[in-house]
Amino acid sequence: MTATTETMEPAAAAPLPTGVLWIWRDSWTEATRHLRAVPRNPELLVFATIQPVMFVLLFVYVFGGAIATPGYSNYEQYLIPGIVAQTVVFGSAFTGVGLADDLSKGMIDRLRSLPMYQPAVLIGRTLSDLARNVVAFVVMMIVAFLVGFRVEGSWLAALGATALLLGFSYAFSWIQALIGLSVSSVEAANSAGFIWMFPLTFVSSAFVPTASMPSWLAAIANANPFTKLTNAARALFNGQDPGSDVWQAVAWAVGITVVFAFLAARKFARSASR
Amino acid sequence: MPVAVETHDLRKAFGSTQALNGVDLEVPRATVLGLLGPNGAGKTTAVRILTTLLQPDGGTALIDGINVVEDPRAVRQRIGLTGQYAAVDERLTGSENLQHIGRLFRLGSTEARLRADELLAQFDLTEAADRVVKGYSGGMRRRLDIAMSLISRPSVLFLDEPTTGLDPRSRLGMWDLIEGLVRDGTTTVLTTQYLDEAERLADQIAVIDQGVVIARGTAAELKAQIGGARLTVTGASPADLDAMATALGSLPMVIGATEMDPITRSVTVTVTSAEGVVPAVVRTLDSAGVEIADVDVAGPTLDDVFLQLTGRSTADPDDADGVAAAPAKRKGRK
Ligand SMILES: Nc1ncnc2c1ncn2[C@@H]1O[C@H](COP(=O)(O)OP(=O)(O)OP(=O)(O)O)[C@@H](O)[C@H]1O
Ligand SMILES: [Mg+2]
Repeated sequence: MTATTETMEPAAAAPLPTGVLWIWRDSWTEATRHLRAVPRNPELLVFATIQPVMFVLLFVYVFGGAIATPGYSNYEQYLIPGIVAQTVVFGSAFTGVGLADDLSKGMIDRLRSLPMYQPAVLIGRTLSDLARNVVAFVVMMIVAFLVGFRVEGSWLAALGATALLLGFSYAFSWIQALIGLSVSSVEAANSAGFIWMFPLTFVSSAFVPTASMPSWLAAIANANPFTKLTNAARALFNGQDPGSDVWQAVAWAVGITVVFAFLAARKFARSASR
Repeated sequence: MPVAVETHDLRKAFGSTQALNGVDLEVPRATVLGLLGPNGAGKTTAVRILTTLLQPDGGTALIDGINVVEDPRAVRQRIGLTGQYAAVDERLTGSENLQHIGRLFRLGSTEARLRADELLAQFDLTEAADRVVKGYSGGMRRRLDIAMSLISRPSVLFLDEPTTGLDPRSRLGMWDLIEGLVRDGTTTVLTTQYLDEAERLADQIAVIDQGVVIARGTAAELKAQIGGARLTVTGASPADLDAMATALGSLPMVIGATEMDPITRSVTVTVTSAEGVVPAVVRTLDSAGVEIADVDVAGPTLDDVFLQLTGRSTADPDDADGVAAAPAKRKGRK
């Protein structure tokens, strides 16, 4: 039926590329796949920013008078860094949901059958989610300034706080990547991605000073890496001395990235679409 | 003829399920192998191992002589995969999907666009090229999916159930498309549950059931292997049905059971060969005094082949449990 005399020679004559440039190119190609989709689903971005904006308004105007934050000009100065930290960390959940979606649609199978740099699928995904988080961050800061938040330290310190917050959200993207690759559906990725982030962000210094909590809870909150992040960002925005909080937060971010990038890449190499 | 795909004693278990239990395959270059089997036979597992997505527990698998476990990247450079479910990015347009894969194959952006346009035209998607895939029909998605696996002009193309879920018209269109690819010399491994599909598209068919290849050959060879033909005789009067069955049962060339259908007034039997059947039937029934309305002799279908080999029909997955022990008898476990 198909006895063609002229058999096709394999097209694989080109040498397989290696190196950093190759890794970057494939990662960027994958990132653009997701970034291109963002303006087509603007409501996704809108809803992702409405919730944190609502949080800012609710906390500032409903609880603002009731929560004592000695040492700060007002509750906004205390609260905003915490809420922003929570928002960008929550934003990492997109990574897990997106990967679970790719997995369920067979896209991961397709990509795994290509001669590309395989972890580029994860790097591209986390980078595009970082970009999305930058947008959410900017929107939050605009609202923050509208409700009276001010940078009371140096702008350089504020920039440092920004980098720290976004770096932390990037680190958390890798935790979410592992979750997204491990669960069996998009819905599960959504629940499994969010559920643990609520205690993580609320049992912390993000919304109230830990001193106001029962002592056992305060002990947990003080040890929470999310408290380190919040304290560091808050100190940097308010022109206070962050002490060791900055370095502890950086160490957590780097540690989480290294460990979970390794675990996620390993999981990816064994993943299978369902 | 050079061999494009070769497996030897391929094994894979998922927990206690032995998905592949020692599979040997050989696909000469520029030919089509049809992997034919019912649900759960192990078709997808075999494809996933050959496309480097899954590690086998044992055995070897080679693509163009390259071991899939030892050098997966070199293998990925040569293959195209169209999985069982369309793997397209719904958020992108058809053209963007194609260009994206092109760039991951390291085509320049102009090159990727040209190749995308070429494939869009070939797969009749030019009009939909700039529409987001979310709005594509099932058939369009499947065509785009296959186009995406052809970006790199692969040496070996894997199509896992390419027409499952398509309406009959799209299915015929897909067959034409696949035949075109094959004519261009793409070695193809095609899995299917449809016998007519394997018969039409495949040069060689491997019938796989419960992780074991239970028969192989061309469609014609498989038919010859079970031999015989189906003879259906329709009587003129319903009262004659029993007499007709008895008379037919006495014919020397009749093998197997006799099926009676009172509604169509017909009796169906299997005969050893189609040759000389009709005159014999006419003579026998004439002397038995049965009046005939119609005699029909048909060659066996691959469904008959399957039924004979496994003791159950392909369209009968519920039966699978009843014969679960069968492959263990056919081929002992290691
Ligand atoms: N990831 C997995 N985990 C557990 N069992 C699996 C897995 N993949 C396949 N199996 C089992 O292995 C067997 C073979 O599955 P496979 O998907 O290869 O069959 P198939 O011939 O492609 O079937 P279908 O026609 O339904 O696609 C089945 O019993 C299936 O349940
Ligand atoms: Mg399958």
